[in-house]
Amino acid sequence: MENFEPEIVAFCCHYCAYTAADMAGSKRISYPSNVKIIRIPCTGKVDAIHIMKALEKGADGVYVAGCLEGDCHFKNGNTRARHRVEYVQKYLEELGWEPERVAMMNMSAGMGEFFARTALEFTQKIKQLGPNPIKHMNINKNQKAVS
Amino acid sequence: MITAEQKPLNEIIAYISPYDRILLVGCNECVTVCSAGGRKEVGLLASALNLHFLKQGRTIDIKEMTLERQCDPEYVEELVSEIDRADAILSMACGCGVQTIAERYKEKPVFPAVNTKFMGASESQGVWVERCKGCGDCMLGITGGICPVARCSKHLLNGPCGGTSNGMCEISPDVECAWCLIWERLKALGMENRYEEIMEAKDWRPAGGGGPRKIIREDLSL
Repeated sequence: MENFEPEIVAFCCHYCAYTAADMAGSKRISYPSNVKIIRIPCTGKVDAIHIMKALEKGADGVYVAGCLEGDCHFKNGNTRARHRVEYVQKYLEELGWEPERVAMMNMSAGMGEFFARTALEFTQKIKQLGPNPIKHMNINKNQKAVS
Repeated sequence: MITAEQKPLNEIIAYISPYDRILLVGCNECVTVCSAGGRKEVGLLASALNLHFLKQGRTIDIKEMTLERQCDPEYVEELVSEIDRADAILSMACGCGVQTIAERYKEKPVFPAVNTKFMGASESQGVWVERCKGCGDCMLGITGGICPVARCSKHLLNGPCGGTSNGMCEISPDVECAWCLIWERLKALGMENRYEEIMEAKDWRPAGGGGPRKIIREDLSL
């Protein structure tokens, strides 16, 4: 468990979190390489099924990072995303999984430090939770959430 | 449309646990519109079931399919090619769909994955409300387009009961009194005289009181 390096999928909005990650890079602020970013046009595009599939394919944690509340480039995509994340959390709870494995975050494009800090905090949280409970099931490499 | 809600996962899991190969079937009609059993929900449930069984160290084969309409034999026929590869069928359609499948594929156990709720209308996004009881003898023409059968908690037909308070029903401050709505609507339409017409005791036989109902259109039947 001590050597456990989680695989974390981060769905990042092109207009904020993705740019924030870029800014973290430009400022040479490091964040854990466990976090694998998937750029999306808006967090409103992330559906519950995307989060579930990531977990099903072995991701230890998944988070959706969108614009600050009220600042969505497409008006309310981030609010929709938050509702979907909460829906998945309830679903996981019903299944006996830790709902903390999925999270919603909000940030602006200029918040590079914040992106790095939340990536670190989330990674630490997932390290505490331990590996995805189905990881031991030899998930086919082609089907992995992060390859 | 017919509204439905997904059953608790524990109940669904208990149904399918004895089987290894599940045919999970959604429906493209009402349950898609109320986000209970369409293609998306089929994917989500399949994913959740996989997570559950994999956590237990068990793999089950879930085949996802979504039919155009599960309450029509023509569409249910599309399952023929998959049925032999399944030990059980899990249906995400309303009760009509589940029964159509059960009737067609008698040799396979069929389980419902949703609870069929009511005939409802969409009040706002994500909110559905009951608007019709299917009483078989529509009286909306005399009640200003507001149904006392579906919307009055007591199904009263001649005005409100003593439980009405400031336009709300005594069962909950969130439920509007149907008869207050009817009165306001008739007033707005200048049709108050309708309110004074005494409705006779309703014949509940067309509402199901006479047993299971059936419609036969001879001009359409083959």
